[in-house]
Amino acid sequence: MTALASRLKGNQGVLLGFVLGALALLVVAPAMLSDFRLSLFGRFICYAIVAVGIGLAWGRGGMLILGQGVFFGLGGYVMAMHLKLADAGPSGVPDFMRLYGSGQLPIWWEPFRSPVLTLLGVVLIPSLVAFGLGAAIFRRRVRGAYFAILSQALAAAFAILLIGQVATIGGFNGLNGFRSFFGYNLFDPVNKRMLFYIAAVTLLVLLLIVWQLYRSRYGELLVAVRDQEERVRFLGYDPASIKLVAYVLAAAMAGIAGALFVPIVGIISPANVGVVASITFLIGVAIGGRATLFGPVLGALAVAGAQTTLSESFPSFWSYFQGALFVLVVAFLPGGLSSLGLLLRSQRVGVRTGHIEPPSPAQRVDVGRPPPPEPLSGVRSRSEAGR
Amino acid sequence: MNADHLELSNVRVSFDGFAAVDGVSMTVLQGDLRFLIGPNGAGKTTLVDAITGLVPATGSAKFGRTELIGKKVHTIARLGIGRTFQTASVFEELTVLQNLDIAAGARRGPLTLLHRRTSVPAEVEETLETVGLSDLRDQQAGALAHGQKQWLEIGMLLVQNSRVLLLDEPVAGMSAEERAQTGELLRRVGAQRTVVVVEHDMDFMRSFATSVTVLHAGKVLSEGTVAQVQADPKVQEVYLGRTATEKALAAVAADRKPGEVGG
Repeated sequence: MTALASRLKGNQGVLLGFVLGALALLVVAPAMLSDFRLSLFGRFICYAIVAVGIGLAWGRGGMLILGQGVFFGLGGYVMAMHLKLADAGPSGVPDFMRLYGSGQLPIWWEPFRSPVLTLLGVVLIPSLVAFGLGAAIFRRRVRGAYFAILSQALAAAFAILLIGQVATIGGFNGLNGFRSFFGYNLFDPVNKRMLFYIAAVTLLVLLLIVWQLYRSRYGELLVAVRDQEERVRFLGYDPASIKLVAYVLAAAMAGIAGALFVPIVGIISPANVGVVASITFLIGVAIGGRATLFGPVLGALAVAGAQTTLSESFPSFWSYFQGALFVLVVAFLPGGLSSLGLLLRSQRVGVRTGHIEPPSPAQRVDVGRPPPPEPLSGVRSRSEAGR
Repeated sequence: MNADHLELSNVRVSFDGFAAVDGVSMTVLQGDLRFLIGPNGAGKTTLVDAITGLVPATGSAKFGRTELIGKKVHTIARLGIGRTFQTASVFEELTVLQNLDIAAGARRGPLTLLHRRTSVPAEVEETLETVGLSDLRDQQAGALAHGQKQWLEIGMLLVQNSRVLLLDEPVAGMSAEERAQTGELLRRVGAQRTVVVVEHDMDFMRSFATSVTVLHAGKVLSEGTVAQVQADPKVQEVYLGRTATEKALAAVAADRKPGEVGG
């Protein structure tokens, strides 16, 4: 009974969070912010959507993803290709191709003329790529720092690939100069506001889905895999498939975020998908609290907001501040800012009862941390490096 | 012959040319409480690793008519071979109930995973009773006492519906009382299953073993009842003969802290 009561209470807290979040995003922000600021906030929400996925895969699944820019970019470029084609008109060719290329449309652009295929592609292409990569990576039991390095290398390779393709995908400049979004004029402030609402609702819906997932048996299993992967294997599960689901979901979310980013910001370029962008995605999650539901979102919004405010006043100061904040959080608040309340509460209890609880394993941050030295003394971790 | 039995023949495991397990053959029947003993480095844990698919091995390990060697770890687990580890490895962040529920769930369909647990499955309820953790069901597993963690691990094998239990030093680090309780628990659950216990604790072995296999340098040195094995001069030479008297050996085993012991 007490368990049920506390569960209900926990649910109430989350539901209250959702209501407050919805109010803030859908009522307060549009009323308070100028069109320019609102569009800026829309961009932050795209980062927050990526953060929700990273929270799932890293916070709950223990996969330190340093290359989420790849999936963000896949979703973003798919959307950008469609917008370019739509602007060029039926059987038209995007402007940059006539400038730098032969003026011929590559065959693989054709499917993205269709709005339906584009929307499917935004979700499915990142998912399928993540499925293929993830299946290969997790089967070979690559994890910890090796997984992180691998994912980061992928982001670097993807950015370099894009930069090389000037004639077909815009190269270093990326794709930009979009005029309309599924028939709606992108210069019209009303439509810009609508884009903000779409992004905000998408964020809330994805958060609801992830919340449901955290409470499901799958959510418990994912935590079990994070903490004791070998043990889960001996229960008859294949940890590779469990991790794969979280990885693919995170990739799909990044793809959706990329697709929303394109019309809101008006450009997607290799700079948005490379190593630096990928790490920026992660920092918000770490600062906010990766294993919690709202932590990654709040962290991503806070970091993006701080970046804008600070770099407006001190243009060269931001990266130092970002680095310092990251170091401080990792060193003194490994569970992120959302563990602050928990920490204070446990210390208050600790003062009363005379002892302070050590932080639980979930509150430890494993930035590039290899898996626990030897989770099971009988298990020889085979091929930590994936052989 | 009963279909539920574990039959090893000529199992070999080698690491870079060193034969850790060097042609072990043995048969364990249902209802048997088989103890696997031997000095450190005899290959006890490695043998268990080989049966459960953790290390590549040659030879044959059959459960009933099913060959286990060459199969993947999770496939072997699904066939009904369960094991525990020297250090209790439960999911510390989850509750006792969640631990058992996860263990019970490997046979569930993928879609049921997306739901929340609405009621306690019957087999989980039953197992909570069997291992004596009913009152601690909502406790985080990380907060359990050492002995309770081991019982939870055994419970996880039971809800997993393991037909063969391979237990690696289940009583290491336990108090005398906990040892006795563990032994009783193994007797209770062992009647319907095939149980192999890797153990260093001689008193525990004498109290609960129905049969014993002694490993030495990767080979079976002796096999039989406790009395037969103890009377075997070869065993006395390599094992019991090492420390001056058996009494001293028992004392050493009792003093040993968990984690220091190796297979």
